[in-house]
Amino acid sequence: MEIPLSKLKSGEIGIIKQLRGGLEFQRTVNSLGVIVGKRIKVISVQPLMGPVVISMDNMQIAIGRGMATKIIIKQ
Amino acid sequence: MKILLIGNPNVGKSAIFSRLTGIDVKVSNYAGTTVEFKKGCMPYQGKTVEVIDVPGTYSLKPTNKAEKVAVEMLKEGDLVINIVDATNLERNLSLSFELMEKNVPMVIALNIWDEAKHTGINIDVKKLEGLLGVSVIPTIALTGEGIKRLMKNLQKVKILKTKKYSDKERWSRIGRIIKQVQRIEPRCHTFLERLSDASINPIAGIPIAIMIMLLSFTIIRFIGENLISYVFDPLFELYRPLVIWVGGLFGQGFINDILIGNLINGQIDFTQSMGLLTTGFYVPIAMVLPYVFSFYIILGFLEDFGYLPRLAVLIDNVMHNLGMHGFSIIPMILGLGCNVSGALSTRILCSKKEKFISATLMAISVPCMAQTAMVISLVGPYGISGIGTVFLTLFSVWIIVGLILNKTIGGKSPELFMEISPYRIPYFKALLKKLWMRIRSFVTHAIPYMLFGVLIINILDTLGIISFIGNIAAPVVVNIFGLPKEAIAALIAGFLRKDVAIGMLLPLSLSFKQLIIASVILTMYFPCVATFVILVKELGTRAMIRSALIMVFATLIVGGLLNLVIWF
Ligand SMILES: Nc1nc2c(ncn2[C@@H]2O[C@H](COP(=O)(O)OP(=O)(O)OP(=O)(O)O)[C@@H](O)[C@H]2O)c(=O)[nH]1
Ligand SMILES: [Mg+2]
Repeated sequence: MEIPLSKLKSGEIGIIKQLRGGLEFQRTVNSLGVIVGKRIKVISVQPLMGPVVISMDNMQIAIGRGMATKIIIKQ
Repeated sequence: MKILLIGNPNVGKSAIFSRLTGIDVKVSNYAGTTVEFKKGCMPYQGKTVEVIDVPGTYSLKPTNKAEKVAVEMLKEGDLVINIVDATNLERNLSLSFELMEKNVPMVIALNIWDEAKHTGINIDVKKLEGLLGVSVIPTIALTGEGIKRLMKNLQKVKILKTKKYSDKERWSRIGRIIKQVQRIEPRCHTFLERLSDASINPIAGIPIAIMIMLLSFTIIRFIGENLISYVFDPLFELYRPLVIWVGGLFGQGFINDILIGNLINGQIDFTQSMGLLTTGFYVPIAMVLPYVFSFYIILGFLEDFGYLPRLAVLIDNVMHNLGMHGFSIIPMILGLGCNVSGALSTRILCSKKEKFISATLMAISVPCMAQTAMVISLVGPYGISGIGTVFLTLFSVWIIVGLILNKTIGGKSPELFMEISPYRIPYFKALLKKLWMRIRSFVTHAIPYMLFGVLIINILDTLGIISFIGNIAAPVVVNIFGLPKEAIAALIAGFLRKDVAIGMLLPLSLSFKQLIIASVILTMYFPCVATFVILVKELGTRAMIRSALIMVFATLIVGGLLNLVIWF
């Protein structure tokens, strides 16, 4: 199943399938190592459209909810 | 020769810089500590070479001003030490490749090697060197391990002729390298990791944040108060006879007025005499320094432990309503220590709107520790209601002005996108070093300004300029704020330093209500000159004028309202 990162719940795991956004967006997320094929786990989802925190490799990244809708995850 | 330290944020560049040059720079556990390059020297092969600490950057295509500084520095360097976080090799190598593709001569310092080993990350350094074609030296910046080897290897620097890759090719190449050199042993969640998860969990995180805040405030006040009563006040009693003796040397007259000031009931009163040797020293050393000291103990611990990015995540929501995003909490928190460092740290914000709002809100409603210390000593004796009213008012100003600016200023504030560094147990020595740096900077800045302030005010007073301005400003000060005309002297001094200004209110025997109003308007009406200079540089003159107008306007409204509504 493929769904945007913003729809995942805390504790869920998946693989980044696609980054749906312009070049600028791709570059920004790439620079922190968020690239297609990476395994991620959702650590927390802040309420009221707050950011999503994921863990990936050995690090954690906070991602705004809007950006998270553009990151497609395969579960 | 110039050596640049380049790497991702929070990988220990500043820590290595300190090791190489012996110069103390700020090292903290969050991305974006260093916002401006810092130059230093080190001896190397019998010569002195220049070493430059550069703000962290994830790639050579900068997204904010701090990163831009990093990329621009690149042209100046003869040699790059690329600092890489061994616990996050894959992401860090992306920048290494970009550097190699630019054909800059470089070596790699594989830093935070200790943590990599502890967390079961095994990296085959020899193989990595072979695959990359540059020297890779494991280092532990905090203990200094590997630094000597790093310096030795600077001779073996090679320029690579690497072809340019597309982003995609680069990542797949990095992926292949990682597969060959890195082996990760599975392990359980450590206590720190569980604590980390709890502090960004929405249910547990907010109570934890509130607890940390209350606890910090309690400890700061406890240490501050006790230092004053048991250390600094007794010290100044020992100092008193010396001042009396010096005063006796000059007899009555102008010099005595300037050095000692007015006697209160025939005695020197350190808080009210307003002489250079009396109040000029007493306010910064015995009233402000103890609080600055205790504040920076707590802040240093929170920074090095790594709490600040978590706070940014929790508060991101609120900040968006005020036209900023979570990271803007960092300028606010640093501003609580000193508005100058708060203003500087707005550099890591990318959008103009967000930068303007953060800087304005920080300047208008975040009192620096020097000022807070004075407010505590001024309204503290009336109990928590005084301090509470001042801080609650400032907090409301922060929210309301933020809401308004968010609606009226065009542009967007970007979404939060940041790395959350792992919790780390702070090194005691590193904490002490940072505390010492901050205390030193306070003492060397505060005391000269304070003395200068007291001197200027004395001179202006003698020349009758203060009463002249007082008469002009009287309608505002007296009618709107309900303060005595003499308070204008404090408002003038507040341009120089806020703690001096509040100190000048002491002899006026203001009522409780007047003290509250004066404390609030002194925070709001204008930043101190040091902050002002930085803000002009960061925002540009036009934006700063707008920001200043907002401050003055808001001060008139808030001061006037307080005067109307406070009944006690
Ligand atoms: N365990 C461990 N921690 C380290 C080491 N080097 C640095 N640190 C810690 O890593 C954090 C970041 O160090 P800094 O020197 O501020 O990093 P920086 O690269 O200058 O960061 P920015 O200025 O934000 O780009 C601090 O908390 C340091 O104490 C190391 O070798 N081992
Ligand atoms: Mg740094």
